[in-house]
Amino acid sequence: MADVAVRLVQLTKRFGGDTTGRRVAKYVDDANADQGFLAVDHIDLDVNEGEFFSLLGPSGCGKTTTLRMIGGFEQPTDGRIELQGEDVTYLPAYKRNVNTVFQNYALFPHLTIYENVAFGLRRRKVSDADVKKRVTEMLELVELPGYEARKPGQISGGQAQRVALARALVNKPAVLLLDEPLGALDLKLRKQMQIELKRIQQEVGITFIYVTHDQEEAMTMSDRIAVMNHGHYEQLGDPEVLYERPRTRFVAGFLGVSNLLPASADGRDDRYANFRLSDGTAVRVPIAVIQDRAGTLALGVRPEKIRLLEEKDESPAGYNRVAGRIVHASYLGVSTQYIVQLKDGHRVTVYEQNVTRATKAELWSSGEDVVLCWAPEHCFVVEDAGGMAAAEADRELAAVV
Amino acid sequence: MIQRVPRGAIPYLLLLPGIGWLVLFYLYPALQLFLVSLWTGNITQGYQQTWNFGIYAEGFNEYWPWIVRSAAYGGLATLLAFLLGYPLAYTIAFKGGRYKNVLLFLVIAPFFTSFLLRTISWKIILADNGLVLGPLKQLGIIPQDFQFLATPVAVIAGITYNLLPFMTLPLYVALEKVDFRLLEAARDLYAGPWRPGGAIVGAIGGGILAFLAALVVEINPLLPVAVAAVVGALIGRYLISESFVRITFPLSLPGVFAGSLLTFIPAVGDFVNADLLGNVRTQMIGNVIEARFLKITDYPMASALSFILMAAIIIGVLIYARILGTEELTGGRA
Repeated sequence: MADVAVRLVQLTKRFGGDTTGRRVAKYVDDANADQGFLAVDHIDLDVNEGEFFSLLGPSGCGKTTTLRMIGGFEQPTDGRIELQGEDVTYLPAYKRNVNTVFQNYALFPHLTIYENVAFGLRRRKVSDADVKKRVTEMLELVELPGYEARKPGQISGGQAQRVALARALVNKPAVLLLDEPLGALDLKLRKQMQIELKRIQQEVGITFIYVTHDQEEAMTMSDRIAVMNHGHYEQLGDPEVLYERPRTRFVAGFLGVSNLLPASADGRDDRYANFRLSDGTAVRVPIAVIQDRAGTLALGVRPEKIRLLEEKDESPAGYNRVAGRIVHASYLGVSTQYIVQLKDGHRVTVYEQNVTRATKAELWSSGEDVVLCWAPEHCFVVEDAGGMAAAEADRELAAVV
Repeated sequence: MIQRVPRGAIPYLLLLPGIGWLVLFYLYPALQLFLVSLWTGNITQGYQQTWNFGIYAEGFNEYWPWIVRSAAYGGLATLLAFLLGYPLAYTIAFKGGRYKNVLLFLVIAPFFTSFLLRTISWKIILADNGLVLGPLKQLGIIPQDFQFLATPVAVIAGITYNLLPFMTLPLYVALEKVDFRLLEAARDLYAGPWRPGGAIVGAIGGGILAFLAALVVEINPLLPVAVAAVVGALIGRYLISESFVRITFPLSLPGVFAGSLLTFIPAVGDFVNADLLGNVRTQMIGNVIEARFLKITDYPMASALSFILMAAIIIGVLIYARILGTEELTGGRA
């Protein structure tokens, strides 16, 4: 078991509605009035030493507030923060062995790049010779040697990003916090920096806690991801577990595209559980997939896992087969995206690599009847507490983000 | 048909009214004044243009104590305005919240009354047996012969009061621009309280201030300096943080520069405060120039003194700009 770098215990942050005695007392009869906004709702979380950990979620989900509490910029309303086993909940930011890469870099405009990077070391009274050595090393690590004498106003956004990273890392913090650091960069530079960040993290071996709303970014870099929504995380795990086995409708919708179908349980044998879709089709799901799921369930399958067949085509033994009709096809180059309508009206997205069918004549076209087939192991099951209505709202939110 | 103005000409066209104004109402009179300073003669027998440059040496030799006094009063008033204005501007900029605009309005509210009227009201309030000193004297708290008016302190206080908004507003503008996220970044990088440094700076600042004040009112500086140093040390110790010293203050330097010039320049040339609140021993160079022009009608000397004052201020400002560092003032933002 790896050592824990950061442990959050029932961490809670409420904004607005005052928590000081008097005002709470004043509104105490008035049920929930002026309770403010619950930004972070009793989070328990362990981040391991040396891990690249991401807090992923839409804006307003509480990810940045969580990060700011770890950094010491927000006082928790309730709960505890431990840093390498030590309670730091009420320790001011300047006493925490944690550094932050801020969203807008927050480089000091009046100081040179060298002095920006040296800032933390100087506050800790590191000797000039050591400062010089470490700053130089760090600027080399972020590939900006020779920029020492420039001012932040004289470098590009991508370079400012690297300086911000160097300025935090040079202090060798126990944990590095990154608050959507790539948000202001253009797509190409962002992709480059993602790889760069991961390289640097592996090189220095420091625990990174990374906040982002970009699922691809989180998946590219993270060892583990906590998907946050409404002030708590809905699921925590490796990127591929989150993708292949999302636990809730929100997680399934936030990470990639997913097809969710309402289904009712219909018995099980020793390896597979049987479900029945609303059009009556029977679908098999490995029992392992549903083991710890409770409440109302929905069945999911990722678009790229589905194969399209003609009615007469054979599918591999044991595969799920569902009939539908193509309603929309769009050619994307590397793949073709189909929207297939099932008999009960539900629509399913399917991605097909343009390998076996590549030319216009070979592709499916709308109006054609098809059979969707996929391996039972490619099914996932989500808890669908809110039902379809709440789900739509979540999906819209995810789409906006 | 509309004739289009060439694009390149637009900046010059926009500058034209301002430049015209300055040429007509500043450059031309200044030139005229310069020529007048080189006249010889008097009002009854008439003046001749004699190019008498010797008048500058003469003026400087005769009136340097007034020039030095003006610089000292102006400098002290600027320092006081800075010490009063900086906390004021800082509070409005960082803690003002939704009352920011109200507070700013209050800073400039005195401008709605004439400068002269306000200075005269000081004279009434602080008169020997006026609103403030009268009751204090009756209660025996201060001696009967104590006076505030007709002292250097009154003149400096009056100048400080009148020019405080000119200090506060540029400071506010500079401080308001300081991004609070930079302060978070500084705290993140271990900038905490600045207790020893703050205490030392506070002690030195308080000490200098008390020493200067003691010099002006001509009392033994030992006790005031000691008291002020202790008070300053305490204030500095608990009020000054490392992020203020390293981030906020350096970033507010353009405001300090602008504010101190806007305060110092009119302060040095002021004569109203010295006239209304001072006595003969507190006269500034402005009073001399005023008297030479309007009472003695010695136009050449009045003009020469005006030019000496102008030259002194320009030299002083250039040195000041060099010390504060122009690069700091124009340094780009991230």
